[in-house]
Amino acid sequence: MMGEAMARDTSKEAVTPPPAAGMGDAALLKELVAHLRDNRTELREEWARRISDADLLTAMTPDEIFSEATAVYDNYVDALETGSVEALQAYARDLSERIIPRGVETHEVLGIVLLLRDVLARSLFEKYRADPDLLNRILDAYEPAANRIAVTVGVSFVQERERVIRQQQEAIRELSTPVLQVRERLLILPIIGVLDAQRARQLTEQLLQAIRANRAKVVVIDITGVPDIDSAVANHMVQLVKASRLMGASVIITGLSSDIARTLVTLGVDLTSMRTVGDLQGGIEEAERQLGYALPALEDLDDELD
Amino acid sequence: MPVPILKQGDFLIATVQSALSDREVLQFQDDLAERVGSFRSRGVILDVTALDMMDSFVSRAFRSMALMAKLKGAETVIVGIQPEVAFALVQLGLTLEGVNTALDLEEGLAFLRSLTRRRTDGR
Repeated sequence: MMGEAMARDTSKEAVTPPPAAGMGDAALLKELVAHLRDNRTELREEWARRISDADLLTAMTPDEIFSEATAVYDNYVDALETGSVEALQAYARDLSERIIPRGVETHEVLGIVLLLRDVLARSLFEKYRADPDLLNRILDAYEPAANRIAVTVGVSFVQERERVIRQQQEAIRELSTPVLQVRERLLILPIIGVLDAQRARQLTEQLLQAIRANRAKVVVIDITGVPDIDSAVANHMVQLVKASRLMGASVIITGLSSDIARTLVTLGVDLTSMRTVGDLQGGIEEAERQLGYALPALEDLDDELD
Repeated sequence: MPVPILKQGDFLIATVQSALSDREVLQFQDDLAERVGSFRSRGVILDVTALDMMDSFVSRAFRSMALMAKLKGAETVIVGIQPEVAFALVQLGLTLEGVNTALDLEEGLAFLRSLTRRRTDGR
């Protein structure tokens, strides 16, 4: 009950003529923290209720909200007390990591932190209503710290979100450009997803290295999974074809959607250097022809065996 | 250092071993054209595996060497262009149009053999 004693101390001080500003603030903050700790249960419940009322965190069950609310509340009060937001920041990151996959939005996170700020401010109004002067000074101590906490939590959430997005982009980039060897001297490069200039460039480098490593003679690039293409990317494709030729490999492009075909023709991209075939199967057959493989039809094989 | 030009049956093999100065390039051009004539070669392999860069002068010179050899009755294959070089050349718009290319010496020889065989077969 050290805090209570201190609190009584400062309130006595506060009614008597103004104390030294610095000392006063620290003492006020202590009193404030003590108040928040004493009323932990009601304030926490009040906050959880306000969250449900405001239709925030709909992706979570009330029990989950309450347990997270408890943890946030305690961290919040600790941050107020110590003035250090690091623990809270770490907790906010951790929390974000858990709730982002469940579809919790930025406005909800900011919303609940601001709600907590409001709930606590209300309880302070309630407590110090009788003494506007003291209330003012308590708020002076509370508001900057509370704002700082709100900013910290919001920023942590957004940063975590960005980190997840970056990570996913990286994963997509790595996953989506495999260079596969299907036969001696024959590579397949299926491209899935949007091609931008950077990716097209990366693709070119990767393919040229693979041509050398696998001693490829024919490369089939399948762009069935590419939704759209612009003139910069089309030119990259042309460059890719020409660079492959310089290394002694010919490129067959398959799976052009009608949209892409129209775009290429409308843009007037010079496609004379490109060999294109309708689908991947046709592309592989064409490649095998170029490599001198002849696959007899099954019936012919049967005939031969007979 | 002059570029060595070796005779291998019907073919000539020229291996560029280091970056060439402009004068060496011109010298190389003359040497090769002269050898193609004197050996009555049917094919030329230009091996550039050792080059880690090619500027526009060199790439144009190589292209004109290929065209010159063709006028003298020999098909030319440039072999061993490195991935980085290929990428850089294409970005500069130097695509060695009309010149045969192959991955390496072995591929180049195979290509020339298939080409000359076809001709003698009359196919």
